[in-house]
This record gives sequence, structure tokens and C-alpha cells, in this order.
Amino acid sequence: MRARLDTVLLVAVLVAIWQGLHLIAGDLALSSPTDTVARAAELLASAGFWRHAAASGGALALALAIAALGGIGIGVWLGAHRLSGAVAEPFLIAFYTLPKITLYPVILLIFGLGLSAKVAFGALHGIMPITVFVMAGIRNIDPVMVKTARVLRLSPAQVVWRVILPATLPELLAGLRVGLSMTLLGTLIGEMFAAKAGIGQLLIRAIARIDSQTILALTLIMFIFALAMNGILLAIERRSRGAGGEAAIESL
Amino acid sequence: MSRVGWLRLALIAGSVLTLEAACRSGLIVPFTMIPPSEMAVALVELLSSGKGWADVGRTLRIIAICLVAAVVAGLLLGIVLHLLPRLRRAAEPLLTSYYAVPVFVLYPTFIMLFGANDVPLIIIGALFAVIVMAVNTLTGLQRVPPVLLKVARMQGLGPAATVWQVMLPATAPFLVTGVKLALAYAFIGVIAGEFILSTAGIGHAIAYAYNDFDNRTMYALLLFIIALATALNLSLHAWEQRLLRRLGKA
Repeated sequence: MRARLDTVLLVAVLVAIWQGLHLIAGDLALSSPTDTVARAAELLASAGFWRHAAASGGALALALAIAALGGIGIGVWLGAHRLSGAVAEPFLIAFYTLPKITLYPVILLIFGLGLSAKVAFGALHGIMPITVFVMAGIRNIDPVMVKTARVLRLSPAQVVWRVILPATLPELLAGLRVGLSMTLLGTLIGEMFAAKAGIGQLLIRAIARIDSQTILALTLIMFIFALAMNGILLAIERRSRGAGGEAAIESL
Repeated sequence: MSRVGWLRLALIAGSVLTLEAACRSGLIVPFTMIPPSEMAVALVELLSSGKGWADVGRTLRIIAICLVAAVVAGLLLGIVLHLLPRLRRAAEPLLTSYYAVPVFVLYPTFIMLFGANDVPLIIIGALFAVIVMAVNTLTGLQRVPPVLLKVARMQGLGPAATVWQVMLPATAPFLVTGVKLALAYAFIGVIAGEFILSTAGIGHAIAYAYNDFDNRTMYALLLFIIALATALNLSLHAWEQRLLRRLGKA
């Protein structure tokens, strides 16, 4: 409870810094916190915003589903098969470091403008963290557990359901949490360049108009959304880890 | 070379050859992608014509400044968070959600604040990289085994000696990982910023070539970025391994 109160205090301090910067920079460059919140409320009350939000939400859900299925599949394979994992690891790291935005033109050329391009771009961002976390989770399974399962003569389905899934659940959830963040980022960037609708499209229009109030209002809405999703997934993850739930922040 | 190394090489060669074959046979039309061999030729042409170097130099310079700023600031932030547990717990939800927000949408705001020069881009890159450095510093400090600190106290080490001889070597692996990731994030932040809204740099050159339907230049630059990212990664990885070995011996 105290930690939550402290978070509120910290946010208050950050808002105060924001207000200070606003006073220095002026209205045109950096809108004030109150103006931004008012603009955000205005956006949230308008039907047009929700049409864009629905477009983004649909793309995000689809991209996340693809990233999760792909990431879990590849992660299990690379985690279970040592040689494949060893061969693939540097490629995974290199791909992670690559500014994926530069691949955007390629995605557009392959998928064309529209929904599939932004979904592909979102999934491209999200698949990597999920793969890495699942791979680590599978590798870290205590061999004793698998041996015990064999001694108890569990069927392969039972092994997956009763041993592997519970043992890797915390990593899987951490991967999905980080993957969700990345997919959101990728989908938004995707929408900025090639979409008729979506939050990213609203953003790029605001950027073109240099409408700092709307830019900041949208950023604020996105940040709160990301914070809320992250908070929910973090809570589930903590519960799955049981008592030793401290490690979440390290898995950034 | 080890078996794994050969397999990696075979995997790269196989993918490149498959792509080459797919492009040459017309399965992938030149409008979508040009064959890898042509990308390489286009890159050599671009670099030998001397046209690309100004953009490359500018981008690398900005990334270097971002990296230094992010590492210093991240180190300080990590130490502060370590020393103030209350602040740490309060900041945790903000830190874990930080990367879900595309920081570079604030780029136009920064241009308004700091003018149309390199400063906004540097801030974007540094903002993108600083949190990952801070989190790794924090993790490293949290993970220093308490027994080491107890031994330091028993040996009567002063605060400075404790930091220098105990804390620093114990956290070094995390710091190196932090620097490695900070470089990756600075790289991504700067090039993304250039791509979206800038008038120079590699990112801008790619966006420009794309808008110009100049696939040869675009793919040459993409190849360059992939090669650059990989080279940076490999050298940092080698450095990390060497440092870890030395620490292991010491």
C-alpha cells in the first residue's frame, strides 16, 4: 500500500517537473499538464477517437496472437533442442539490436498498405522477447522434474501440462508482458506510416500539425494504457512466481 | 571453427542463397526486394561514391554521444534507486512500462523545445537508452552477495575501497550488459528518430530512398545497418566475454 502511495507521490513530482518545463518552454512547445489532461479527456469523450482506438486494438490483438504463438513455438524448440538454440542465439541477439523501423519499408513492400502491414510490424517487435523468455524458461527447468515425470510414467501430454507448463509459467508470462509492450510499440509505429485509422495515425497527424497538446495527450493515454496492461500482467506473474516474486523488474 | 559455428555459417549462406534464387527466378519481384548480391554491389557503389559517408558519420557521432550520456545518467539513476528502496518500489511500475511507449513521438516536442539541430535527436536516443542502463545497474547492485560486503567490513575496508574493490567487480557483468543494451537502444532510438523526422543521417536516407522508390539505395543502406549492428554486437560480446574471463580469474 505504501509503495502505491509512493508511486502516486513520484508521479506528482514528475508532473511538477513537467509543469516547470512548460513554464520555461511556453505553451506552443510543451502544453501544460492540465491542458494535456483536458485534451486527453476531450479525445476520450469523442467518438472519432474510439474508432481509431478500435482499429489499433484489433491490430494489436492480432499481432500479439501471432507473436505469442510464434514466440512460444520457436522458444520451446530452441529451448528444448540445445544445438538449435546454440546456433540461433547470436541471430536472435542481432535481430533484437536491429532498429526494426528500418525494416518497415520492406514490410510495406511485402504486405502493402493497410492492416496486414501494421500487424506484421507489431508481431515482428513482439515475437523476439517472447521467444527469448520461453527459451530461457525451458532451459531452466530442473532436470530432476523431468526425470521424476518419467519415473512416474506420465504421458507426454501430462508432462507438458503438469510439469513443463507450471515450471515455465513465470517466464512465459514475463515474455508475454514484455512482448505486449513491444507489440504495442510496433503496431503504433506501423500505424504512423501506413494506415487509414489507428492511434499511430492520430499521432502522426498531430506531429504533422505540430500540435503538442494532442501529441502529449495521446502519449499520456498510451502510457496509462501500457501501465495498466503491464500492471495486470505483472500481478498475474507475481502470483505465478509465488513468494519469490521480486524478479519482475530485472526482466525488462 | 566449432560445429555450431559451421552450422551458423551454413544457415546464413543457405538463407542468402535461397533469397538470391527467389529474387533471380522472379518469385520475388524486384519491386519488392532486390537480390542480396545486388544489395552488396549497390552498397559498395554507394560507399565508394562517397555519398553515404556524411550520413553515416553523423549518425554514428550522435549514437556515441547518446551512449555516453545514457551510460552516465543510467549509472547514477541506478545507484540512486539502489540507495533509496522507497523510491525504487515507487518507480518500479513506471520503469517496467517505460518501453511500451514510443518515446520518439515526443521528437517534435523536443524540436520545439531545443530547436532544429542535433540536440532533440540526442535526447531521444539517450532517453531510449538510459532506462535499460539504470535497470541493469540496479539489478547488479541488488545482486551483490551480502557475504562480500560482510567480508569487506571485516577486513576494515573504507567506503571507497568497498565500492572499488568489492561492489564494482561484483556488478561489472551487469554493467557490461547494461552498456551493451544501451548501445542497442541508442542505435534504435537515433535511427528511428531520423527515419520519422529528420533531414540527415542513415535513418533519413532510408526513408528518403523508400519514398523515392529507389530500392537499390534503400536495400544497400539496410544491408549497411544490419552489418553495422552485427559488428557492434559482436565486438561488445567479445569485450563482455573477455571481461567476464578476467573477473573469473581475479
